Amino acid sequence: MAIRRFGAAAAVAAALALTTPAYAVTEIQWWHAMTGPNNDVVVKLANDFNASQSDYKIVPTFKGSYADVLNAGIAAFRAGNAPGIMQVFEVGTATMMAAKGAIKPVSELMKEQGETFDPNSYLPAITGYYSTSKGEMLSFPFNSSSMVLWINLDALKKADIAEPPKTWPELFADAKKLHATSPSCGFSSSWITWGLIEQFSAWHNVPIGTKANGLDGFDTVLEFNTPLETKLLENLVELQKDKSYDYSGRTNTGEGRFTSGECAIYMTSSAFYPNVKANAKFNYTAVAMPYFPEVKDAPQNSIIGGASLWVMGGKSPEEYKGIAKFFTFLSDTDRQVYLHEVSGYLPITKAAYEKTKASGFYDKNPILEVPLKELTNKPPTENSRGLRFGGMVQMRDVWSEEIEAALAGKKSAKEALDAAVTRGNAMLRQFERTAVK
Amino acid sequence: MENRAIFSGKLLPYLLILPQVAISLIFFYWPALQALQQSFLVQDAFGLSTEFVWFENYVNLLKTPEYYQAIGVTFLFSALVVFFSMSLGLLLAAMANHNIAGVQIYRTFLIVPYAVAPAVASVLFIFMFQPGLGMIARAMQRSGIDWNPVLNGTHAMILVVIVAVWNQISYNFLFFLAGLQAIPKSVIEAAAIDGAKPMRRFWTIVFPLLSPTTFFLIIVNITYVFFNTLGIIDTATGGGPNGATQTLVYKVFQDGKAGADLGGSAAQSVILMIIVVALTAFQFRYVEKKVHY
Repeated sequence: MAIRRFGAAAAVAAALALTTPAYAVTEIQWWHAMTGPNNDVVVKLANDFNASQSDYKIVPTFKGSYADVLNAGIAAFRAGNAPGIMQVFEVGTATMMAAKGAIKPVSELMKEQGETFDPNSYLPAITGYYSTSKGEMLSFPFNSSSMVLWINLDALKKADIAEPPKTWPELFADAKKLHATSPSCGFSSSWITWGLIEQFSAWHNVPIGTKANGLDGFDTVLEFNTPLETKLLENLVELQKDKSYDYSGRTNTGEGRFTSGECAIYMTSSAFYPNVKANAKFNYTAVAMPYFPEVKDAPQNSIIGGASLWVMGGKSPEEYKGIAKFFTFLSDTDRQVYLHEVSGYLPITKAAYEKTKASGFYDKNPILEVPLKELTNKPPTENSRGLRFGGMVQMRDVWSEEIEAALAGKKSAKEALDAAVTRGNAMLRQFERTAVK
Repeated sequence: MENRAIFSGKLLPYLLILPQVAISLIFFYWPALQALQQSFLVQDAFGLSTEFVWFENYVNLLKTPEYYQAIGVTFLFSALVVFFSMSLGLLLAAMANHNIAGVQIYRTFLIVPYAVAPAVASVLFIFMFQPGLGMIARAMQRSGIDWNPVLNGTHAMILVVIVAVWNQISYNFLFFLAGLQAIPKSVIEAAAIDGAKPMRRFWTIVFPLLSPTTFFLIIVNITYVFFNTLGIIDTATGGGPNGATQTLVYKVFQDGKAGADLGGSAAQSVILMIIVVALTAFQFRYVEKKVHY
């Protein structure tokens, strides 16, 4: 027995010795939050990159939800063990960029490593979200989406609605008509604060907070408790009473209400596409988000959601070299076209968008172009480049709580928005205090 | 005196309890002290800047209305869960204590829910109770009940109470069953001969004799509700709507994890620790006097 065990151990040791190459391959850890088909995409990207050269090895590891990845990364950093690349969702941007020393800005990395890198080749509506106010890219956009209005065309026909709504008043009227045919829900939405506050403000070219929504400094103050925002919420509160609008929770857990046919109009991420394609048993389409026609600049441009790749600080030069090469690899036009077409996430370079357009892909899949048209509708302004509020992960919960209070009739729309702003500002001041100067 | 020779000196007993002491120190006292230390600091998420602020985290906490709401929610939630999971556990144990055919099978099935992780239990119940998705939710809506836990705080509370109770019944059932079986048959038979009816026998003999078990379970259940229901709440309601199911421990988790406010979160956990210790001490001091051992 003892001899046999020794034999086995020797065999394992020998096998290990044989498979370890003479030159050490630099391993780069990549922590991500992609599940299902998108996890396959991540693994394929890593495998393709690893096969394309022999010096670096990207090791993707699934770490749970977006919030889990961020927390795992923070904990690992505190323990001196951070991964090379971390996928962080858009609302974690302020947390990451405030951590000077913990991260390495992507533009700086690319310059240091001598990789060809032209910030102008990326779509500004996407990279703007992840750049400083001077335009230096901090993180590398990976999976981006925007918000669109999903439409059940069969249900619209049944309710005698000629075409999908373009404006909020049209949507309110349609929701009432749809309610007559589906009593439990006319219109609903996911990612409640992303849609009703963040996207809504950008789309109407009004600020969420001062200092260009926080992009110009952490001393930003929230100011979205305006008559316009109040009008939107008041209308929804009114519609909620008979379920012409019906709240579906803070995240996207309610999306099944669209594919099941219960809610005929549903506002959520464009990344909902693969799910709709697989599960909707009716004619559907997606259109741009509605707007209030009396607002002068509306529609402006939408903002993105999704996640970007952050490079962590304090790594070895070899690791940085590998990461820079990996980002160049990801920016490749054909690769971006491929990623866009398989995942439904948006291409990040102008060339990839143009190439997809030229190939006629959007003629067959017009839905995938809707978020791109929204994002590029007009050149981004101070109010529509993105937002950067510290503690945004929890801030969304706080805003959601207040919206819930209004929809449940516990507070008026104005009271709820005032409370959301006050509570949010308290969080911003706390964050400003701890941010590394 | 041979025994003395084998266990000579005082070293061995200490060595024997050393593993337990080490575990307590490393896994209980050390983190508790760290929480205490952290509660006096204001720090960014990555731990790059730290400021010592004395009691500011506590003062800020006691100024937020949401914190008082969470205290109220916690006590309501614990009272409901402890009452229902214990009374149902006792009822089932009393039933399963009879000599009926297949009693072993019933007992086994009654223990199964305890093997289900809280978060998984939540998911199971969401499948039944989520509006537009769950069978029970649909049935209720068809029968005219406007069941909507995503917006109605009372409904959300009912949902998490159901899941937590369901998850905990087995544990209570198991201990009550063991307690019931330890009661001497002769006492009950004597009462029966004296003409006491089953209900009277239960309340005057069985229930008082069960009191050590009941007392133990009250403490364990309160601890369960205060801490272990985190997964249930996170999965089922996320503390919503509008904080209606946000318990103290969930707020600690939220502020620490989503808010990255480690100081505030640590201050909350210190207060929570004090509440639970006080509650347990109170029970040992006053409630235990009513227990017959």
